[in-house]
Amino acid sequence: MSPEASRKLRAALVDDEELARQVLREYLARHPEIEIVSECANGFEAVKAVAELKPDLVFLDIQMPKLDGFEVLDLIGPAPAVIFVTAHDNHAIRAFEVHAVDYLLKPVGFDRFEAALARVKERLAANAQKQSHSLPSAADLAAAARPPAQYVDRIPVREGTSVVIIPATKLDYVEAQDDYVALVSQGKKHLKQQTISSLEAALDPSRFLRIHRSYIVNLERVSRLEPYGKDSYVAVLADRVQLPVSRAGYSRLRAFLDR
Amino acid sequence: MHPILGHLRRMVLYLAAWVPLAALLAYLLANTHAMDIREALVLAFPLCLVYAFVCLSAWYPCRVTPLERTGASKLAATHFLGALVATALWIFVAKMLTDELSESAAFRGLDRRFAAAVPLLVGTGVLFYLLSVAFYYILLGIEVSRDAEARVMQASMLAREAELRALKAQVNPHFLFNSLNSISALTGSDPAKAREMCILLGDFLRRTLGLGEKSAIPLGEELSLIHAFLAVEKIRFGSRLNMVENVDPQAVNIAVPPLLLQPLVENAVAHGIANLVEGGCIQLNVALHEGVLSILVENSFDPDAPVRHRNGVGLANVRQRLEARYGNRAKFGAQAAGTSFRVALEFPAEQEASAS
Repeated sequence: MSPEASRKLRAALVDDEELARQVLREYLARHPEIEIVSECANGFEAVKAVAELKPDLVFLDIQMPKLDGFEVLDLIGPAPAVIFVTAHDNHAIRAFEVHAVDYLLKPVGFDRFEAALARVKERLAANAQKQSHSLPSAADLAAAARPPAQYVDRIPVREGTSVVIIPATKLDYVEAQDDYVALVSQGKKHLKQQTISSLEAALDPSRFLRIHRSYIVNLERVSRLEPYGKDSYVAVLADRVQLPVSRAGYSRLRAFLDR
Repeated sequence: MHPILGHLRRMVLYLAAWVPLAALLAYLLANTHAMDIREALVLAFPLCLVYAFVCLSAWYPCRVTPLERTGASKLAATHFLGALVATALWIFVAKMLTDELSESAAFRGLDRRFAAAVPLLVGTGVLFYLLSVAFYYILLGIEVSRDAEARVMQASMLAREAELRALKAQVNPHFLFNSLNSISALTGSDPAKAREMCILLGDFLRRTLGLGEKSAIPLGEELSLIHAFLAVEKIRFGSRLNMVENVDPQAVNIAVPPLLLQPLVENAVAHGIANLVEGGCIQLNVALHEGVLSILVENSFDPDAPVRHRNGVGLANVRQRLEARYGNRAKFGAQAAGTSFRVALEFPAEQEASAS
């Protein structure tokens, strides 16, 4: 046995209702190999606790104050295994049949809880052998879980252990940077681990447009299009920032500006 | 819109309807005024064709003087004036036509015989015009009753839809599952409290049973339903949930649609209190003033909370039910101001006996 396997599993419980956490606490008490490192009553606390304590496993409620479960999942990165615990959410059920480690429906039964825990252990053992980046990022998972035709109106971003929420209306543009996207809002850049394509899919296409492989722009900020060299263009924003526009991006942007 | 002009099919039918009228006119001309049948036909058909178009104009005075809202004298004056103008125009055209025809050898002397026929033409002109007026009033009447029928259908459909939604909304599954989860937690740590919560939940469910079938219940009954609901939620949310109630004691016997306020309080918990880390307060005010019941549900909420898309369904349901029942006598307003969200209702106070 490796020392890795004998280490205790570290779990965080996230639910705004004390009684809901109490059920999980009671069930976990029968598992000496699992240690509860944190209990959180809202999304902000959860993000902070996961960043600081790096638990292996998070039990996550969906409807909570401050940040909902999807937004928390979006921010905590791919490291911990997440089990959703929710009273009633068809979208979550559909999404997590595909992606998440597991989901539990309230009221949570003990047998079902044990099955979920077994799956987590399997998953963690498998991950220990595989490269971790073979897993899709948490933000991409959360984006895939979003019901169709429902776009985000705010984007939570983690900065250290705290959370910044950027309302979609205040987002000027997005720039892809390797595995990250830089979200620019009111002159400030916020980095987030997510692909630009999954962010593009989450944003309302009538307000945001992919103008380049690496850029999404808030259409309200575009003041004009200017030629830049031979048959290429830049979009000039209200604050004079210039963004490159690809050929495909140009025709899409032209169609919008002409309307 | 003119019911005939601009519709080719209707126009053809309309002109076809004038053929027997033209035949009648020809018959009268031939029999009473010594015209031969050839002359009568040559006069009657073109004249009726012209008059068919003149009579189309009768639609416009009919439309601006609807039967049910116009005095008899005004009706008579409008349409007789219309008839005289139309007839004068017609006689003028007829005169021109006969003058033209009598130039030719075949119709020599027709203008003299026509002069004798003028009183007959005036009579038929007025009569045909008034016939058109009657025809248009019938069309208008059909249109009005069809509109009314559609409105009644729509109103009853809305009412039924609202009722159905009220039935469905009776027990929010989310509330039920969360409560069961709380009970399950308590069975381990505090069995007495678990039993209490079972009883409270049972009490609430029993009260909601059968409510959807009633058209009205006393306000007091709705308030005890709310109390039962809040007693359950209080165990879930603990000190986060607080309630202040200010109810006019005279109002408790007023008849209200069942499950009108409970969804508002449920919203206040789900979208207000549940999103606040420290919790908050729900305020319920009920006032009765000059036969009008005013209800205010106000709760603290976090304007930056994650958006829940079920939001507003409950509010829309309440507004539609108020509209279906009280029409424009009911008022409904919902608005967020800072960290408080308020829903205000106003509707006529009906005594319990007159309702249901």
